Amino acid sequence: MQLDNRRSLWDLTRAAGANVERFIADATLRLPLATLAQNASGPGVAAELRQQSILVSSHEQMTAALALLALDGVARRIVLCPPDLKPTHLPYVLATAEVDTIVSDHAPDNAEVPTTIRYVTCRPDELSPVPAGEDRLVTEWILFTSGTTGTPKMVVHTLDTLAGPIERILALGAGAIWSTYYDIRRYGGLQILLRALLGGGSIVLSSPNESPAEYLARVAANRVTHITGTPSHWRRALMSPVARDISPKYARMSGEVADQAIIDKLRTFYPNATVAHAFASTEAGLAFDVNDGQAGFPAHLISDNGPVAAIRIQDGSMRIRSNRTALRYLGDNMPNLMDGEGFVDTGDMIEQRDGRCYFAGRREGIINVGGLKVHPEEVEAIINQHPDVQMSLVKSRANPITGAIVVAEVVRKPAADGDPDEFRKAILALCRDALPAHKIPANIRVVAALDVGVSGKLARVRA
Amino acid sequence: MSANGQATVSIRTAITTTFATVAEEQGKTLEPLADDLALMDSGLDSLCIAIIVARLDDDLNLDPFSGGDDVMLPVTVGDFIRIYENAAG
Repeated sequence: MQLDNRRSLWDLTRAAGANVERFIADATLRLPLATLAQNASGPGVAAELRQQSILVSSHEQMTAALALLALDGVARRIVLCPPDLKPTHLPYVLATAEVDTIVSDHAPDNAEVPTTIRYVTCRPDELSPVPAGEDRLVTEWILFTSGTTGTPKMVVHTLDTLAGPIERILALGAGAIWSTYYDIRRYGGLQILLRALLGGGSIVLSSPNESPAEYLARVAANRVTHITGTPSHWRRALMSPVARDISPKYARMSGEVADQAIIDKLRTFYPNATVAHAFASTEAGLAFDVNDGQAGFPAHLISDNGPVAAIRIQDGSMRIRSNRTALRYLGDNMPNLMDGEGFVDTGDMIEQRDGRCYFAGRREGIINVGGLKVHPEEVEAIINQHPDVQMSLVKSRANPITGAIVVAEVVRKPAADGDPDEFRKAILALCRDALPAHKIPANIRVVAALDVGVSGKLARVRA
Repeated sequence: MSANGQATVSIRTAITTTFATVAEEQGKTLEPLADDLALMDSGLDSLCIAIIVARLDDDLNLDPFSGGDDVMLPVTVGDFIRIYENAAG
């Protein structure tokens, strides 16, 4: 275990801005950082958790934020559970991350927790930061990748790899009040939490239980200056009357392709704001951050000496190398996260036109519905359960509201007869029982045949 | 009523019918539709709106939100219908 005299998230947060009225807020609580500083004089929960591998499983984002402040530099490893981790995957996660203790804001729900693992239930206001003057560990931060099916993929970061992208924006100044539609328990949202904490600012957390209008009203009430989300989040926000009540200085998009229309709309709607869009992924970290008002990114960023990261295009897909990429995947028999030269393959296909690079979909055909990823194969597997289905093809259809929606083409078995409408309804019913709403085909077309390539695989045309 | 007026009525009808169909399919409770009702208060989420836009593209051959022109995103049900009526000319 590596010990050094490094500073923890809490140390850096305190050092970043002591002269400003700073806070972390959610829908029910507005916690001044000064209160946390007072709590840091006691032993807190954290002292018992020293050098352990700790899984943070919370209903509230606030709990996760406070756990990170309390545990970085103290725990050997922090496993940050996303809200949608399936209980059936918990045993794998606990074993792979060698978890000693679960810190949570709720009693264990469905999953059985082995008796060898301690389960600590604590309220957000009981998670005190570690006192000054104690040794700090280099804590591993374990994040989950988005959009995977089956066994979850865990990625190893440290505060250094996560905070790397933030250095260059610290010039934004102390006193910024950040907010994000994202969940801070995933890479994109975590970046914003760290920007707020390390940049001397404050943060307003979102809540899954509030409507877009309620969230925006809180953003307005807290005088948020810097706000981030996916293009779909923003399209939804601009459809709310409350969108007129906020006046951000900085509005940023990532997590999905930002098309020219949404960039233009945001710039028109918030003429005083810097409108930026960025590419980052849990594995690769930040690749670029542009605010020139144009979709895509300038081709000159494809360079081994880029300002944020080295970017290469190989076999059509974007590869990233920087000191912000994750260190490795956690667990046995996992693929290498990067190639021999340290580049992470994002799987995002790039097309160049007139000195500009544009995203041309995912290599493996993943569909991005408002920031939520859908593997066509998992939807096809459900459709193919219908006894009259011979084969099916699930694909992406461009959509101005969510970027894309899921549609399906289905071939009926020759012997099958009956009303095509009833057939479609029966398939939809199967999908509804097995899949969340964004994965259910918005349209099912019954077709005579589907193209099958020489490999025997369905011909998938990239969106 | 002019022929143009009738076309306008039928677009409105197509839209409100699609709202009801998609709400039912998605298991959402649709509020009584009125022009000043905010879309986000209608009981439909953005996935529902996305599906409605795709259906109307199929049914009316109108897709007024794509193409990066000056069309702002609709706030109310009335805005939504007007954008389609304007797109139909």
